[in-house]
Amino acid sequence: MKIRDWRSVAFTGATGLATFCIVAMVVVILGNIVWDGAAQMSLRFIFGGTSEGMFDAQKAGVFPMIFGTVALVVLMTIGVVPVGVITAVYLTEYARHESLITRVIRGAINNLAGVPSIVFGLFGLGFFVQFVGGGIDKVFFGGQLHYAKPALIWAAATMAVLTLPVVIVATEEALRAVPHGFREGSLALGATKLETIWKVVLPQALPGILTGAILAVGRGAGEVAPIMFTGAAYYLAHLPKGPTDQFMHLGYHVFVLSTQSPDIERTKPILYGTVLVLLLLTFLLNLTAVLVRAGIRAKLRAANG
Amino acid sequence: MDNPVFHIEKLNFWYGAKQALFDVDVTIRPNQSTAFIGPSGCGKTTLLRCLNRMNDLIERTRVEGKIALHGQGLYAPEVDVIELRKRVGMVFQKSNPFPKSIFDNIAYGLRIQGVNSKNDLADRIEASLRKAALWDEVKDRLNDSAMALSGGQQQRLCIARAIAVEPEVLLMDEPCSALDPVATAKIEELIQDLKKEFTIVIVTHNMQQAARVSDHTAFFYLGKLVEFDVTTKIFTNPANKQTEDYVTGRFG
Repeated sequence: MKIRDWRSVAFTGATGLATFCIVAMVVVILGNIVWDGAAQMSLRFIFGGTSEGMFDAQKAGVFPMIFGTVALVVLMTIGVVPVGVITAVYLTEYARHESLITRVIRGAINNLAGVPSIVFGLFGLGFFVQFVGGGIDKVFFGGQLHYAKPALIWAAATMAVLTLPVVIVATEEALRAVPHGFREGSLALGATKLETIWKVVLPQALPGILTGAILAVGRGAGEVAPIMFTGAAYYLAHLPKGPTDQFMHLGYHVFVLSTQSPDIERTKPILYGTVLVLLLLTFLLNLTAVLVRAGIRAKLRAANG
Repeated sequence: MDNPVFHIEKLNFWYGAKQALFDVDVTIRPNQSTAFIGPSGCGKTTLLRCLNRMNDLIERTRVEGKIALHGQGLYAPEVDVIELRKRVGMVFQKSNPFPKSIFDNIAYGLRIQGVNSKNDLADRIEASLRKAALWDEVKDRLNDSAMALSGGQQQRLCIARAIAVEPEVLLMDEPCSALDPVATAKIEELIQDLKKEFTIVIVTHNMQQAARVSDHTAFFYLGKLVEFDVTTKIFTNPANKQTEDYVTGRFG
């Protein structure tokens, strides 16, 4: 064989090996979690609470954390999608593309995406909890403590800011993919810009917007740092009754179990079980959004012939 | 004849620093069809898109000079562009039906104008599809997607969509450039019918088409109006040498 052939074989081998390593890592991680986590799975574990023994594998459950995580993700989505979509609509449909303001906004969004998540946690504590919450308390409750404390809504708001760039970028891409001819056709009929965006452009961009929401949900369900100071609790006797209560969270629970347990060996099964539930939950949330998107795509395809 | 629809005087137009139209004067008469011809980049589409201010959508464009619709300046500050576009409809080079049903495509413009009753919608949709010579082909499948129609049908649907809102003028930007000869013939036939009701301005690359469908023809070259006259005159006895060279196919 010539040298060139050897090189080719070596390179093919190297790329193959790298790929194999990645797949192997995923298999090992998932396999380990599923194998050890499955042993902990039971209806009692999923629907039980922590009141009878947080660190006892025989008694502990994760229902409050499942509840808290789902509530957080739902509230976060309600917050991030409208703001993200409106921003993207402004950037693609209204703003002048080369203007300084547009470039500054775009730069800000990119930087936002690069900020470490713990910084968002501190920001959430300073801005949402103390400034916004404190302001509400001062104005509406005469300084009584109602909002100026870590709470589900502040954690959701912080997480919404964290996932904002994902939604904006995905929506912008979806809007740009809508053919220009649709906009011109609508405007030429005497439609206003708002009617054009609302009735022609956004319906076409909906699957892309949902892709953004899916990515945001995936990120929001897994992040722990932003909620540590803004709403997640170490232990609560009750489920949160409203958005101003604190909540327990699967990811934070993993952190608590692995750092606070008096006997790590006895806690290990709960740890595995919690991680597995978190993975399954993220998967389930994503699956729901993917199914919704598939439904909308099918409808659009029918309209697109 | 003496009451023109559009009166264009000394119109200049810029895309950024690049000037696209130079001192253009054209008069568009009612219930006639006027063709703009000329080689690519001569400014004919730019001029057409000034007539319903579609150029407003392009950033950094500038217009100087006068365009009046029945004496009212189009670029005057008090002009409502939305109202203008309701009066001056447009059909585009690339047919652009919305990804909705045939019915909803035409209903779109009507609903925007406040027509919401089911009966009114159905009546006006049928009327405009008949005028666009499409009714017989689609009457049994109004709820099918418009995207499933052939190219020629799609373009006639776009014409139906434009005329459903009863504009006074219909602008057509190379409406047949993507169509086969049979579909083209249908649209040309349609233009003859439509001009009884609407004033038509058509941009075309195809000189035979201009000769067949228009009453007046304007020949543009490099952003300047070279000659504007009755179509038969332009094609049989043009005053300008450049026009003669172009219409006889010697350049362009």
